[in-house]
Amino acid sequence: MRPFSYQRATDPDMAVQALSAAAAANHPLSQAIAQPLAGGTTLIDLMKLDVMRPAAIVDINPLAQAWSAIEPGSDSLRLGALAKMSDVAAHAEIQRNYPVIASSLKLAASAQLRNMATLGGNVMQRTRCSYFRDVSYENCNKRNPGSGCAAMDGVNRMHAVLGTSDQCIATYPGDLAQALIALDAVVEITGRAGTRSIPFAELHKAPGNSPDIETTLQPGELISAFSIQGRWPRSVYLKARDRQSYEFALSSAAIALDVQDGTIRDARVGLGGVATMPWRAREAEALLKGQKFDEALAQRVADAAFADARGRRHNSFKIALGKRVVARALQQAVTMEI
Amino acid sequence: MTAAAPSPKANMGQPVPRYDAAAKVTGRATYASDMPLDNPAYAFLLTSAIAKGRIDRFDLDDAKRVRGVIEIVTHENAPKLKESKLFSNGGYAGTTIQPLKSADIAHDGQIIAVVVAESYEAAREAANRVKVSYTATAPSASFDSPGTTTAAAKGQNAQFKEDPAVGDFAKAFDAAEVKLTAAYDTPTQHHNPMELFSTSCAWMGDNLVIYEGSQFVYGLKNGVAEQLGIDADKVRVVNPYVGGGFGSRGSMTPRTAIIAGIAKRLGRPIKLVPTRDQGFTITTHRAETRQEIKLGANRDGKLLALRHEGAEVSSRADAYCVGGTKTTTRLYACPNVDSLVSIVRADRNTPGFMRSPPEVPYLFALESAMDALAVKLNMDPVELRRINDTTNEPIGGKPYTSRSLMACFDEAAKAFGWAQRSPQPKSMSDGDWLIGYGCAATCYPTQMGPSAARVRLQRDGRTRVEIAGHEIGTGAYTVIAQTAAERLGVPLEKVAVFMGDSDLPPAPVAGGSNSTASTCSAVMMVCDQIRQRLFKAAMPAQSLTDRAKETVGLGQTPATQAAKGDRPLDIEKAFDALGVGVVEEYGEWKPEGAPLDSFRAMHNGQVRLVGGHAMKDQIAYAFGAEFVEVRVNRFTHEIRCPRLVGAFAAGRIMNPRTARSQLMGGLIWGMSSALLEATEIDERNARYVNDNLADYLVPVNADVAGVEVILLSEQDDRINPVGVKGLGELANVGTNAAICNAIHHATGQRIRKLPVRLENIEV
Ligand SMILES: Cc1cc2nc3c(=O)[nH]c(=O)nc-3n(C[C@H](O)[C@H](O)[C@H](O)COP(=O)(O)OP(=O)(O)OC[C@H]3O[C@@H](n4cnc5c(N)ncnc54)[C@H](O)[C@@H]3O)c2cc1C
Ligand code: SF4
Repeated sequence: MRPFSYQRATDPDMAVQALSAAAAANHPLSQAIAQPLAGGTTLIDLMKLDVMRPAAIVDINPLAQAWSAIEPGSDSLRLGALAKMSDVAAHAEIQRNYPVIASSLKLAASAQLRNMATLGGNVMQRTRCSYFRDVSYENCNKRNPGSGCAAMDGVNRMHAVLGTSDQCIATYPGDLAQALIALDAVVEITGRAGTRSIPFAELHKAPGNSPDIETTLQPGELISAFSIQGRWPRSVYLKARDRQSYEFALSSAAIALDVQDGTIRDARVGLGGVATMPWRAREAEALLKGQKFDEALAQRVADAAFADARGRRHNSFKIALGKRVVARALQQAVTMEI
Repeated sequence: MTAAAPSPKANMGQPVPRYDAAAKVTGRATYASDMPLDNPAYAFLLTSAIAKGRIDRFDLDDAKRVRGVIEIVTHENAPKLKESKLFSNGGYAGTTIQPLKSADIAHDGQIIAVVVAESYEAAREAANRVKVSYTATAPSASFDSPGTTTAAAKGQNAQFKEDPAVGDFAKAFDAAEVKLTAAYDTPTQHHNPMELFSTSCAWMGDNLVIYEGSQFVYGLKNGVAEQLGIDADKVRVVNPYVGGGFGSRGSMTPRTAIIAGIAKRLGRPIKLVPTRDQGFTITTHRAETRQEIKLGANRDGKLLALRHEGAEVSSRADAYCVGGTKTTTRLYACPNVDSLVSIVRADRNTPGFMRSPPEVPYLFALESAMDALAVKLNMDPVELRRINDTTNEPIGGKPYTSRSLMACFDEAAKAFGWAQRSPQPKSMSDGDWLIGYGCAATCYPTQMGPSAARVRLQRDGRTRVEIAGHEIGTGAYTVIAQTAAERLGVPLEKVAVFMGDSDLPPAPVAGGSNSTASTCSAVMMVCDQIRQRLFKAAMPAQSLTDRAKETVGLGQTPATQAAKGDRPLDIEKAFDALGVGVVEEYGEWKPEGAPLDSFRAMHNGQVRLVGGHAMKDQIAYAFGAEFVEVRVNRFTHEIRCPRLVGAFAAGRIMNPRTARSQLMGGLIWGMSSALLEATEIDERNARYVNDNLADYLVPVNADVAGVEVILLSEQDDRINPVGVKGLGELANVGTNAAICNAIHHATGQRIRKLPVRLENIEV
């Protein structure tokens, strides 16, 4: 770890000021010299590994009063960015009306981490690519733009099959984001000019030619809340992983359905563990709408979701696995009791 | 009694709580890096980012500017150290690759610099700021890499003396009615004990104290003295508690003498706490293996021919191997046996012991093959073992001192509910999950080594036992205290045990599951010396040796003796007769068959274990049987193991509580090894990829739903005075095969490569 200054932000203005003042405009957010600190479970790890080297830390935890509310409305939901993963996962109304959110959180990380970690930090967590996290590797385009990609022909079992580029195949590791993207969540962003809102799907960016730029947030901007319109009681999160807990997804599916009289009115399919960013399988969703569910349909939907997938040496299995996970999750969503 | 403290059966001690339980759960137990030092400087290691080549240049300017940096030690200014030979060649070292000696790099993560600073943080920051220029050469990573060399283990590894063989394998295999040939792969694994590989060194004048988690304080003391070129009596190694060893702390690693040398030069104590990922390359690991088994049997399942071939990866510098064929060729009755172990040299660090080193990979192959043979024969796999059970090992015809293998199978099968298994693969399921039942035999050689002890008894019964044994989490303090209490007839609470200090009387390495047998035999012997003195004083007329043997036997608690009213001696009267306040005895014990130089070697920190197959007229092993339930998800192919049942017989069980805990941990580790653990190697550069505890998978609580340990009563008077076979490494041997056998039952798929991951399943 390198020395850094530490500042507690007592109100949002101060946080934004502190972050903008220290942030050099020409750095992407991931390398900005000032970083907000929430639970710290990603940030501090990466600082110890010397991957992130901020000179200034702005602790936003004092904003929790204003930014950690869990507010279920009659037909909507608002979640403060500093709400703890564990609190949201345990919330009865979220379990009832947004089970995909509750279980994506409950199946993530460990109890200790969920008690520390916040929703804002969770969606902003960075890839677990081993080469990214090991600075003795020069060649990582995400950490060291233009240097190449050690994972491309290296050990890449955990890497992505969707949304990859020739520059980077790192998986976006989080779980919650698949639920948020599926439910068309809106991200509320607080910056110098006040707040702005964007669809969750516009928060993250595919690696393309600049894998170091991971989101559309600018230095000096903070996520203050997420909101969702409507209720999604018929929704599930299915996660396949190497062990029973405390493990990132090899493949996961966030499914939300609106089924009336056996016909699927609306369908949402988010994919995790397989893509470079939170992933929405819109082509797959289109196949579901207006249809009655059966296994053949589930298979077509799964195939569509992975139509563009490209595997590498150790991760090709994720394509077949991902399809089975989607098909099974759809089945679970259709048959669940609500 | 609770599940954690099973009631003792015949020939078992009491399940008393751990001697060190309170200290550990309250955080009072001090590990190496907790030891207070006077004004220490902090060291941080810099390790190589290439596996082969040389360092061209260090750029230290940036690093030196970090406030608090005292010195940066590289090969250009490192203290000069003498070489130590590999432990198996009469030395102490786990590797002969000595870092900081030259600009050459022989493996990934080799120590290339030590940054010393006023604080840990400054040292770490400065290390991050060192820039290194290398000239890298293409390394050979493992089996499939170009540039490796392969040769038979025999002739290059002093401890691998023979490839066991008997009869005419080729002819018998040719003629066999039923044949099986199969290849097996096991991965690189790392011990990852919770305690990091910390070392603190403090000099007081010419005397050096080392605080380091070690499984062999005498070995480390003598090894470091040799490297520093000083008298071994000037070196003291202290570690009252060791945060897990599993073999990783059995032999000396290069870091210790380096830190000692730097501390000497700076005239200041130095504390080193390496990181988790550095632990993957500055110590040893379990080497990957490739094996082939050939089995020939008649239709009734009688084995006629067995051939086991294994290849193991080692470093360029050292010919390390585990050669598990010594066990697999002797486990079952089979008249025609052949075997071959070879070593593949690659650009890797030298591997080393890891819990049950030979048996884990080699029994995985044999016990998987036995299951496959049972399927071919359409026979219950338990029955196949019964048919081939034996009282004498087939290679030399020597009798097993005792062998309860089939009793273990029967007990475990009953507890597990094996009878409910429908033998057809894919025939059992529960919702989304296919269910498989599998089993395998487990075994581990009984070993012991020369050990000394000092025991001191006070008039009021207070007892102090001193022995340089090691508490690596097994319960060593507890069973030693129990031995002394029982032997001297004093209450357990009055016994204090001192271990983990090379100033105490020597004990062997805490490895090869020999500790309880060796240390307790020595302690028992020394307690008897005290009893002799007391008897002689109190009852000068009698034949004391006989009397002593008669009246207090091992396994009788003081309470039961008191009840019987035959307490032989009033201790206070004996002390009065002697006219002293304290009786103290020192003694040195060695097992039967130990070499002549045993005691000298013991003081020199050299291992002289005897036992297993290497005994003269007999062969000694502990046995067990393991049954597992595996569940494979039809959709995700996730594999879970909700139930592990093991029955074990290992001679006298000193303490059923600590024994169960060891065996339970072994079963869990075995499951981990079958389904999760593997160190991934990047073949391009021979570097470890998943060198942290998030990516190097081990089970979490949710993976361990049910573990049942059954302790069988077994008495074996032919092995050592305490009748202990040792069980620390017994349980994690059979589990790999049991799980793969269960996966076959669940899915119909035979998987021969560990660990089994969901992408290996096709259903
Ligand atoms: C061993 C391990 C296993 C894990 N397993 C899983 C898993 O299975 N599934 C899963 O989803 N996650 C998993 N995680 C990741 C964990 O969930 C995240 O680390 C956590 O959610 C991050 O939240 P935080 O509040 O601690 O973020 P921090 O570490 O404080 O911040 C993370 C990043 O986001 C930025 N940031 C924080 N808050 C804001 C904000 N409000 N606006 C803008 N930027 C912000 C920070 O500057 C930082 O760059 C695991 C982590 C570990 C260590
Ligand atoms: S996959 Fe992306 S993060 Fe990983 S090494 Fe390649 S560029 Fe870096």
